[in-house]
Amino acid sequence: MTGVFLGLPTAPRGVGHLRGDRSFPDAARDSLRDGQLRANLGHATATIRGKRAAVVGEVPDWAELREAGRAIKAATMARLDDHLVALEEQVTARGGTVHWARDANEANEIVTRLVQATGADEVVKVKSMATQEIGLNEALEAAGIAAHETDLAELIVQLGEDKPSHILVPAIHKNRAEIREIFLRTMPGVDPGLTDEPRKLAMAARAHLRERFLRARVAISGVNFAVAETGTLSVVESEGNGRMCLTLPQTLITVMGIEKVVPTFRDLEVFLQLLPRSSTGERMNPYTSLWTGVTPGDGPQEFHLVLVDNGRTAVLADDAGRSALHCIRCSACLNVCPVYERAGGHAYGSVYPGPIGAVLSPQLTGVEDNASLPYASSLCGACYDVCPVAIDIPSILVHLRGEHVEAQSRTTPEAVAFRALSTAMSNPRLWRLAQRAAGLGRFLARGRPTLPAVLPPPASKWTRTRDLPTPPKETFTQAWAREHGS
Amino acid sequence: MSAREEVLARIRTALGEDRAVVPEIVRDYRTTDERTHAQLLDVLTDRLEDYKATVLRCSPSEVAPTVRAALGTAMGEHSPADVVLAPGLPADWRPDGSVEDDGRPAVALADYAATVTGVSVAIAETGTLVLDGSPLCGRRALSLLPDCLVCVVEADQVVGGVPEGLARVDPTAPLTMISGPSATSDIELQRVEGVHGPRTLIVVLVH
Ligand code: SF4
Repeated sequence: MTGVFLGLPTAPRGVGHLRGDRSFPDAARDSLRDGQLRANLGHATATIRGKRAAVVGEVPDWAELREAGRAIKAATMARLDDHLVALEEQVTARGGTVHWARDANEANEIVTRLVQATGADEVVKVKSMATQEIGLNEALEAAGIAAHETDLAELIVQLGEDKPSHILVPAIHKNRAEIREIFLRTMPGVDPGLTDEPRKLAMAARAHLRERFLRARVAISGVNFAVAETGTLSVVESEGNGRMCLTLPQTLITVMGIEKVVPTFRDLEVFLQLLPRSSTGERMNPYTSLWTGVTPGDGPQEFHLVLVDNGRTAVLADDAGRSALHCIRCSACLNVCPVYERAGGHAYGSVYPGPIGAVLSPQLTGVEDNASLPYASSLCGACYDVCPVAIDIPSILVHLRGEHVEAQSRTTPEAVAFRALSTAMSNPRLWRLAQRAAGLGRFLARGRPTLPAVLPPPASKWTRTRDLPTPPKETFTQAWAREHGS
Repeated sequence: MSAREEVLARIRTALGEDRAVVPEIVRDYRTTDERTHAQLLDVLTDRLEDYKATVLRCSPSEVAPTVRAALGTAMGEHSPADVVLAPGLPADWRPDGSVEDDGRPAVALADYAATVTGVSVAIAETGTLVLDGSPLCGRRALSLLPDCLVCVVEADQVVGGVPEGLARVDPTAPLTMISGPSATSDIELQRVEGVHGPRTLIVVLVH
């Protein structure tokens, strides 16, 4: 059963950042030509892959934690309505106010209204995927409210008038020299002798934001986990910018996708082990804040929680794609993906890039609005292997490809990305690689359409897009050997 | 229909009439620790040092001088009045001349150079200190704004893993889990210590 069939609305067009201007292969063509971008990404993702592998490897019960994480998420989705109602009750009982938003527009209106009610014309923000997804900064700006991003990477993106390209490290595509250049150009009063040493750059950000934190009256955050049973909300971070926002202002507005709820406080013992090791490759991130409603004399005295659907219920309706909602946004799947490593995050056109983006964005928007994304993968399965909540991304990709094919009339021009699939399937080298990784077996066994039905009629017609999703031969092979040891 | 009713109705539609039974959650991961307490203290020390925190061990009678020495090392010459204490800090932990948090507006805590607090629980395996907003730990801004944070941990507060640690805290308290000094990995995914939170973390382990 799909959400479209049941009439459940997907995320509306014209607001937020779930759809790109161009198809994945078109956008990827540009990034593949950008040698600097590819070098930056290759360097950064190799670093994080090594760190993750080391700290995951030292946990003897990782498999048990992963299975528990998966099961908790599946159990949550199976009773999502009950858990949200419980969460609302607990937050309200402890002095918070809960708001519900059907979609991005409604969420933006609610937040704008809440900020306006405080009389503030600026807010400080903690990095939040949900607020990026709904385009909150733009909505606030249109209402004359300045939104200051405070996460270092978000700050780099905001000052550089750029777009985020990674879930965890939105500025992963920038190297230290480029970051230095952005800071020198855009930070008022920055030391002209600023070097590109990461520590110096971090200090420049500290100095730049300090005064903003101290004067802020309103903060906006996202949430990593919201506990239904107790009303406890949590933000997992590293720099302390999150703590500044969650602690100092008078008013805190937290925006969360409805899938972020977990049933019990005990469930955090699983996720607070899975998340840090999978995302930054640390045993624990420097700071995790947990708060429940309002605490007199400690932190914001006014607290609002905005629960946002924006297409999530449409995802929930599809049993074959629902588990994309289990994602805890660790970004491990991005860091191991050979396609992401070469194409970069911008090519996905959505705030959710990489393997998870390829399955989540098309489901949130309806597959017709992100038709090329389910093809932005070689189905190698690396994303599934590293996912701390065991989301079977390759199977969902195949499922979405099937949906897309079904939605297409045979006579209409195929989507550009559809040709990209034919590229992979008709390139002998990739074909062999896919077979070796058993990706082909997965593809043949799980997808509803059999292989010939998936291929567009002129299967050999791959020349035009040959260099696009097909990564350059040498580096692809090298990456493959590195990741899979063969 | 209100947005609340509509979102809930959508969820009910999505899940369908005949809801699948909720899958069982098997918790066969580790929830206890077989290591000796002495080993756990060593693990905690190792993890904290890995985060570039400083760990000093002392006996219960030496807490105040150890805290004072730690502050001296971290800050060099300083006035004791630049050091602010959690209001519930035991009298014999307090370095002479330091001042208790007097409840001034939170942002004014930025005027202090250092803070001394206790903790609610410490998790050895991840090198994590949990502060719970109690008088011993102080309000959240106290362990955030001054640039140097000294946390005093008593040996019996140290547990093995995350499940044991979370089992000891009140879920509705304002909790802060601290694992090392403030840090970022945002530049080329390399960890750099010291951004907005305290750049120096000193743990005094009392046993
Ligand atoms: S899909 Fe899994 S691996 Fe990817 S970001 Fe989400 S939780 Fe992490």
